[in-house]
Amino acid sequence: MYSTREEIGTNEEGDLIINIGPQHPSTHGVLHLVVTLSGETIKKVEPHLGYIHRSIEKMCESLNYRQFIYSTSRMDYLSSHINNQGCALAVEQGLGIEVPARAQAIRVLMAELTRLASHQLWWAALAMDLGAITPFFHAFRERELINEIMEETCGARLTMNYSAPGGVMYDLHPNFQARVKSFITEFKGKIDEYDELVTGNVIFQARMKGVGFISREDAISYGCSGPTARGSGISSDIRKVAPYDGYDKLQFDESLETAGDCFARYLVRMREMRTSLAIIEQLIDSIPEGDFQAKTKAVLKLPKGEYYSRVETARGEFGVYIISEGAMTPYRIKYRSPGFSNLSALDHMSRGAKIGDLVAMMGTLDLVIPDIDR
Amino acid sequence: MNKEELKTKLAELLPALPADDTSTWLSLPIDASELLSVMPLLRKELDLDFMFCVTGVDWKTHFSVVYHLTSTKDRSTVLVVKAKVADRENPSIATVCDIWRTAEFHELEAYDFFGIVFTGHPGLRRLFLPEDWKGWPMRKDYSDPVNMITL
Repeated sequence: MYSTREEIGTNEEGDLIINIGPQHPSTHGVLHLVVTLSGETIKKVEPHLGYIHRSIEKMCESLNYRQFIYSTSRMDYLSSHINNQGCALAVEQGLGIEVPARAQAIRVLMAELTRLASHQLWWAALAMDLGAITPFFHAFRERELINEIMEETCGARLTMNYSAPGGVMYDLHPNFQARVKSFITEFKGKIDEYDELVTGNVIFQARMKGVGFISREDAISYGCSGPTARGSGISSDIRKVAPYDGYDKLQFDESLETAGDCFARYLVRMREMRTSLAIIEQLIDSIPEGDFQAKTKAVLKLPKGEYYSRVETARGEFGVYIISEGAMTPYRIKYRSPGFSNLSALDHMSRGAKIGDLVAMMGTLDLVIPDIDR
Repeated sequence: MNKEELKTKLAELLPALPADDTSTWLSLPIDASELLSVMPLLRKELDLDFMFCVTGVDWKTHFSVVYHLTSTKDRSTVLVVKAKVADRENPSIATVCDIWRTAEFHELEAYDFFGIVFTGHPGLRRLFLPEDWKGWPMRKDYSDPVNMITL
């Protein structure tokens, strides 16, 4: 029998304090939340991080400008290509390298395929967290097709390491275009199936609508980006507001919702899958001919100064901040990870909600723990 | 607002503090003691409502905290505020998390790795490292002969 307050696990006010994670299926990694509960109502959520912190920023201080890019594949492993792209852009900014049109197109194609694969996994995991097992198998079936395309061209399925300063590592595989086209045809039918299976489901909507609300002002103040911010009506897509790698030449719309709840964030991501498909369709038949990498020196030295590049990953705004002292290695590197800022809003959006809804909120924030821990 | 317009606007707003335009974005070097007089003004007058990055930097003789600010109303306006924390022994700077809530987490990160104390922060704690961790790992003079490999 428990008798003291410490044994039962309550604080002075009689609120129950429970630990969710670090080993909990719905945290998708090792996230540790200390939740203060009054009955079933959440009073406070305090994240404790660092279970897989590898100090990639410190590690990068001893890696040169060709090497450091590849450590970022291990951060947000679902957007690894886009992370690599962000790093390559920062180095190119420092050296003033002009990236060939072909390399830009290849990077954009790969980035959109990555975004699709990431959103598929998010959709699968979210539905599973809310009790629907079947969507997981549906999404993984299509995700496998993307992983195979990646494997063929990049040699890896998740940690692609495909971007390099000046372009990409090697040219596209001869099968690439045909495979991507057959994937598009297949996935177009499947995404309608996704909507039929989950989006219109009454139980699913009841779990999402009005849950995890964050207002536009609060989302800005908490530094939210990506679909989390766009669900609250903030135009924040870096592909639109600060275009890179030729996104300004492409036709696509930023998906915005204004409700600010879990369902709004869900709808934004579902629409983004269609947007990514449209971008791939625009580019796949018109990949420019030419070099896939600009000529660069064997040893790269960034001039003394500061460089910052921003890209839109599947989770939001990813920033690479390089401070160079003119040496072969960076003096300081800071990665602005989207998940870190989005997670900080979790406490705010969950206060007053029921503990059972916390899983839906975490699901729609689309947290990837290595991205937060770095 | 582009870089030139922002520079003119800043010169009107803060005539005593010269801006630096050697990088892609305009930056404003200030001293840590001036932070609380500068930041609310930038938030209010220039509408810089979105803080997207906070970085601690160890310059060996001193620290600096770099704030990247932009506006959600006009995304072309970007300002980088660099606050110098001169005291290396007891580094401290005021918190700005009552202006931008996102700073709360970012400041915890800078505290955890650099030992920069953010005065007025609602819950300064080790965010990544265990509570009993000794030292500040991202500082340039940090050494851990057991776990660190130097190349």
